[in-house]
Amino acid sequence: MPQEMIVLALMDGLSQAAVLFLVALGMTLVFGVMNIVNMAHGSFYALGGYMAASLGLWASAQGASPAWSLLILPLAAIIIGCVFGALMETTLMRRIYQKDPILQLLITFSAFMIFEDLQRLIWGAQPYFVSEIVNYLGTVDVLGITYTRYQLLVLPGIALTVFIVLRSFLKFSSMGRQIVAVSHHREMSTALGINVKRISLLTFVVSAILGALAGALASPTVSWVPGIGGEMIVLSFAVVATAGLGQIEGALVAALLIGLARSFTVYLLPEIEVLVPFLIMVLVLLFRPQGLFSVAQARRV
Amino acid sequence: MSILAFLRRVAGLALAGLVVTAGAQTKPAELKVGITTFLSGPASVFGVPAKAAAELYIEQINASGGIGGVKIVPTFIDEGIGSDKLLSEYRRVVQEGDTKVMLAAISSGNCNIVAPVAEDLKVLNVMWDCGTEKVLEDKRYRYAVRTQANATTEMVASVLYLLRTKPDLKSIAVINQDYAWGRDSWELFRNTLLAMKPDVKIVAELFPKFGATDYSTEISRLQALRPEVILSTAWGGDLDTFVRQASQRGLMKSSLFVLPLAESSLERLGSALPEGVIVGSRGDHYFLHPQHKDDPRLKTFVKKFRDKTGAYPIYSVYHMVQGLEGLKTGYEKAIKANKGQWPTVEQVAEAMRTMEFRGLTGTVKMREDGQGLEEQLLGITKKSPDYPFPILEKIVIYPADLITTPVGQKSPEWVKTLKPELINHPRLRQY
Repeated sequence: MPQEMIVLALMDGLSQAAVLFLVALGMTLVFGVMNIVNMAHGSFYALGGYMAASLGLWASAQGASPAWSLLILPLAAIIIGCVFGALMETTLMRRIYQKDPILQLLITFSAFMIFEDLQRLIWGAQPYFVSEIVNYLGTVDVLGITYTRYQLLVLPGIALTVFIVLRSFLKFSSMGRQIVAVSHHREMSTALGINVKRISLLTFVVSAILGALAGALASPTVSWVPGIGGEMIVLSFAVVATAGLGQIEGALVAALLIGLARSFTVYLLPEIEVLVPFLIMVLVLLFRPQGLFSVAQARRV
Repeated sequence: MSILAFLRRVAGLALAGLVVTAGAQTKPAELKVGITTFLSGPASVFGVPAKAAAELYIEQINASGGIGGVKIVPTFIDEGIGSDKLLSEYRRVVQEGDTKVMLAAISSGNCNIVAPVAEDLKVLNVMWDCGTEKVLEDKRYRYAVRTQANATTEMVASVLYLLRTKPDLKSIAVINQDYAWGRDSWELFRNTLLAMKPDVKIVAELFPKFGATDYSTEISRLQALRPEVILSTAWGGDLDTFVRQASQRGLMKSSLFVLPLAESSLERLGSALPEGVIVGSRGDHYFLHPQHKDDPRLKTFVKKFRDKTGAYPIYSVYHMVQGLEGLKTGYEKAIKANKGQWPTVEQVAEAMRTMEFRGLTGTVKMREDGQGLEEQLLGITKKSPDYPFPILEKIVIYPADLITTPVGQKSPEWVKTLKPELINHPRLRQY
């Protein structure tokens, strides 16, 4: 394999891995703390993208400079996360934390379908996109191949920042430590005086914001269509399962692994590109059913 | 002839007469038409505008007296629910809803499964938008007709236009969606291209996942390979995303793009689609059709459609109108042949195989196998001061009979027999 190709494949895989990581991060966080696989997580991704596109359209109608997008994208994520995340936690999730996992899956999946219809109700079926920011930031040439600065610098940069911030938040802030405590043992944390209800709400909203942020960041390069959330949930689940449910560093590594593996297969064996994330997942789960990074009975967040 | 045999024959004739009388239907109060269209999923980019078109056009037909004085009442079925559920919905509408006429479907896969079912249920099925040529080439149906072109016609026209634009074509790459249409359309395109120009080099065949959102690697590969031409028969969100990422990264400057379905994305892509891209329209549908753009038939409908939906009509809209107009023409022809009596669906299905009709653009001529011959329009994008999105210039219109597989032959083989003389055939119309 020529060296040049390795460099190109690395860079191609990077932006995809960044988006994948952000979605998987939110999903794994909720699992770590609440022990629930949230099937509706893909909806936050979809809603985030739609919201970002709508705000972007509105901003460009006001004649704002594309640079404002850098503010608009996270803003869209925060709006979606706070509104829909909080709504879902307080009305739905709160009632099912102690229930059977199968029931939890079914309920979050129905929430996913409700969100899908809600999107169609609000944004219709036609594709949306607002891409001024990508053109505004321009392109760079690497080995004769043109890349956009947005995909090469902005996306991975933000993903990495989010990772570092979240990591330190969980490690050093009081709130973060409470989240970790709840993830260890829910009842014990309650006994110790932690407001578990509030922690659950916070975790869920943060997770929703992360999903929505991934969508908002992807929206300038992707046409937003109905069904986009479903695609993402499948892929991010592959990442989360490969990493081990509840593993934050694991999600980072697994997202990189899957993002890069996909771009390498496009160069080497394009026929199996679609299969690669799941091949990796199956291989990992065959030998380590708990995922790459899970340590039995250890902290999960 | 013995007396007995004579009597038997008379009795037979009388019985036949009885059957015919029973067959002359009483005119129904309304003509129920089931319409399958995508109302959910990625293909709703076609299905939702087509539904709006159906509502508008049915209103228009009903306002002018309906079909032979009978008003059309549509029932819509969502194709996005998946083939199995679609089939049970289809049966439900036919059997419980007492519907004898269906317009199905958008998806080629769905056409393949509803055509035999229509045959079983004895309902007239107008395949109003699906592209697969196989459905009518592999089997003969009595109840299924198609009021528009098929994939062969579309792909052959695309190859012809490409070779007319670039007679010295040396290398081509393809990037299609990884599902039946992406694969089948490439097979037709490749066979046609190699028949006409055997020395063209195919440098890459990429089939990213249906619904893929990131084409970064594919674009890098294509930039490294630098093919003269890049073909993509993708549509909807996939096409928009690919075009956008390709244009953001300058790929569209180094290669000529051929996008046979991009007429349906022109308005959405707007300035993201640069000049100089070859665009097709799955037929001769275009709101600026050089022959018909000032025809009130097209002009009024485009205006009405824009007032209702805020967008210009795309090919699925024209196909829907063709389906309905074809149905109307077929019924009127059958009524006439039936001496003014309301016809059976069998009579309509028969009549629809020997008629000509006009939707919003050119005339469609129907063939005995039920296949419609529909002209193909291709052009090259050009920025226009009058529209916020590119329009088409250097338009060429291809007569369908030149580029459609003859009855009884199979497309994958037939396209291999095509000759380069077709590229500049005297019957092509250039504008």
